[in-house]
Amino acid sequence: MTTSNEWPLWEVFVRNKAGLDHKHCGSLHAADAKMAIQLARDVYTRRQEGISIWVVPSSQIVASDPGDKGAYFDPMEDKVYRHPTFYELPDALNHM
Amino acid sequence: MTTASIKVGNDPQVQYLLRLGDSCLILSQRIAEWCGHGPILEEDLALSNMALDLLGQARALLTHAARLDGQGHDEDQLAFLREERQYLNPVLMELPRGDFAFTQLRNFAVATWLLALWSRLEKSGDAELAAIAGKAVKEARYHQQHAADWVVRLGDGTDESNARMKAALRTLWPYFNELFAADGVAGLGPAWAELKPDWTAQFGEVLAEAGLALPKESAYVSAGHKGVHSEHLGHMLPTMQYLQRAYPGGVW
Repeated sequence: MTTSNEWPLWEVFVRNKAGLDHKHCGSLHAADAKMAIQLARDVYTRRQEGISIWVVPSSQIVASDPGDKGAYFDPMEDKVYRHPTFYELPDALNHM
Repeated sequence: MTTASIKVGNDPQVQYLLRLGDSCLILSQRIAEWCGHGPILEEDLALSNMALDLLGQARALLTHAARLDGQGHDEDQLAFLREERQYLNPVLMELPRGDFAFTQLRNFAVATWLLALWSRLEKSGDAELAAIAGKAVKEARYHQQHAADWVVRLGDGTDESNARMKAALRTLWPYFNELFAADGVAGLGPAWAELKPDWTAQFGEVLAEAGLALPKESAYVSAGHKGVHSEHLGHMLPTMQYLQRAYPGGVW
C-alpha cells in the first residue's frame, strides 16, 4: 500500500555493453520520468552495469495472476515434444 | 604521539592545482556527510556517488600537485597532513552542509563552476591536467544536471521548499564571488575571472526557471584561496585527518 505523499514506483531495465536486450534489474521511487532515469543511473549503473536505461511506471505493468499459475503453466510440464530435441541434426549443424 | 604536518611550496602551478583540488576534496567531504541522511535511498546514493566523483578528482589533482611540488609527498599526505592555512579551497566549499535545498544549490553552483573550468582545462598545456579534465568534465556535466533539476523542483515547488531555496540563496550568494577571485597565479589553466560569464549565464537561467530572483551583487569576497578560512574548516579537518595522523602512512 502506498501513502499519498510517496513518489510513484518505477521499474528499471538496463542494457549492458555486450547485451542486446534491456534486462529488468529492480525498481525505485521517483517523482517523474526524468528523475527516475537519473536515479536509475545512480542506483543501478554505478558499477559499469549499463550503457542504456529504460524506466517504466510500475503501475503500467500488467502481470499474470499468481493464482493462475497452475492453469497457465503446469500443463506444459508433460509436453516434451514441444522441445526440438527429437530432430536428428546433420553434423554440419553441430553448434546449433 | 603527534604526526608532523607538512607544507607545500609556493610554486604557482602547485597553488593553482591546490585551489582546485582542495575544492573537490572539501566539497566531497561535505556532500559525503549526507550518506545515510538523504531524503530517500535513491538520492542518498546519488549524493554519495557525486561525493566519490569529487574525491576521485581531488586524488588525481593532489597527486599531480605533490609531483610538481617535488618534496616526495603523496596524495594522502597532501590531503591529510596540511594545516588549515595551507588549504586553498574557496570558503564556499567548507560551509556546513545545511538542509537539502542548501546542499543542492551549492552543488549546482559548484558543478557549473567546475564544468566551465574542466571544459577549458581539457585544452591545458599540462598533459596530465588535460587528462584529468577530460574525465572530470563528464562527471561535472551530470552533477550540474542533477542539481539543477533539484533547484528548479524546490524553487518552483511548495511554499516550504521555495522558502528554503530562497534562504539557501541568501546565505550562499556572497560566497560565490570567491570562485572568480583573481590570485595572480597563472600558467596551468584559465584565469578564474574568465569563468564568470559562463557561470552567471547558466546559474541565472536555472534560477529563473526556478522562479528565484538573483540577489544584488555583493562586495564581499571570502579568502579561502589565500588560506584564510571560516571557522568551519577547522572543525572538518580533525575528522578528515584523524586516521592519517593516528596511523601515519596507513593505506587500505
